[in-house]
Formats: sequence, C-alpha cells, structure tokens
Amino acid sequence: MKSNKPLFWSLFAAGGTVAAFVMPVLLVITLLAGYGMVPEALSYERLHAVAGGWPGKIVLFVIVSLSLWHAAHRMRTALHGLGLRADRAVAIAGYGIAALGTVLSLHYLLAI
Amino acid sequence: MTPKPYVREIPRTTWYLSRRGDMLHMVHEVSSIFIGIYSLVLLWGIQSLAEGPVAYQAFLDGLSSPLLLAFQWVTLALVLFHAQAWFALTPKAMPIQIGEQFVPDGLIAGAHYLAWGVFSLVVLYLAGVF
Repeated sequence: MKSNKPLFWSLFAAGGTVAAFVMPVLLVITLLAGYGMVPEALSYERLHAVAGGWPGKIVLFVIVSLSLWHAAHRMRTALHGLGLRADRAVAIAGYGIAALGTVLSLHYLLAI
Repeated sequence: MTPKPYVREIPRTTWYLSRRGDMLHMVHEVSSIFIGIYSLVLLWGIQSLAEGPVAYQAFLDGLSSPLLLAFQWVTLALVLFHAQAWFALTPKAMPIQIGEQFVPDGLIAGAHYLAWGVFSLVVLYLAGVF
C-alpha cells in the first residue's frame, strides 16, 4: 500500500456520519439516565438482551469504533490548530487509543 | 543589502479567534475530541454491561456525576454543531449528479436533516423515552 491516508480518511468520514446521526440522540438518552430518568432501553436486562444479539453487537461496535477513528483522525488537525506541534505523537496516541478501543469493544461485546 | 522579508506574525494558539469562520471551524475540529471521549464513555458502558448488573449500575451512577453531566451537555452542544456542519459539507464531499444536473446542495442537506430527525425520534421511541 502506497499510503494509508485513504483508509484513515474513509474511517474518519464514516465515523463523522455515524457521530452526526447517532450521538445527539444517544446523549439525550444518557443525559436522561444521568438525571435519574433511566429510559427502559438502558435497564440492565433490556440492554443486555439487545447487546446479546448479533444486530445489537454490530450496531454498538460500529458506533463506538467508527466514532473513535473519526475523533483520532480529526484530533490531529484540531490539536495542530490549537498550537500543538507534535503530529507524530498525537497520531500515534489517537490511532493507538482508537485501535485499542476497537479491540476492547469487540472483546466486551463478544463477552455479553 | 537585501531588505528584511516581512513575516506576518500569526499567534499559534489563538489565530482562530479573530475571524468568525476560523472560530467556527475550530469549534468543529474540537468537537472531535469530545466525540472521542464520549465514545470511551460508551465503551465503559459496554464493559460494565459485560461484567454484570453491579458494574452496570456503577456506570449508570457515573453518568449522574456532576463532571459527566457537564461533559455530556457540552458534548451534546458540540455534536449538534458537528451534525449541522457535517450535513452542510456532505453535498460538497459527495455531489450527486442526475443526468446533466447536480442535485442542489440544499436538497441533499435537507434530506439528511429529515433522515436525522426521523431516526432520532425512532430511537427515542424504541428506547422507551416516550
């Protein structure tokens, strides 16, 4: 492979779309839970049942991993813009966390 | 004697404060960091779900900590900003051509808003919020 740019860019773009569509409503749901109004779907039994099935596992995996790759990629330009001149370190840290998060989410989802 | 070249000073950490467009761009860039941290919060939720009801309850309690509540509000605002900026960018990144004509930007962005609204309502309904 000549350059890994297209790979990271497509993960970034896919993650940006996922975050735009899914995260606002997820935040509303987790905020409600944070104020003690836990929606039915966030009860342990319900969510465990959802994440126990393949469709649920795949959806949760896609949301978490793609959003992490989106963040990792954009964090490079964000921190550069804020004045930090350490792209190599930022890239390694960001992509490293995204890769670790991807593996961990897979691991935990398969354990449910 | 060669004249000293003029180098315009650009403050490295605050350059985006002087122009509105730069400022909004920076807000959009920074939204990614919050999106990343929130993804890790979700990952924590999945981990606790795998570990059992006690761990999961600790995760739900964690969501109600003042720090995480504040973080979630900020992230909600930033992710809404991200969504509108992203939908505005999509027709530029992926123009759709039908015959000789390009589908108007507003139509593509509008379709995204519509899909986003319907999707969000369906998720809230399925989650049992209403």
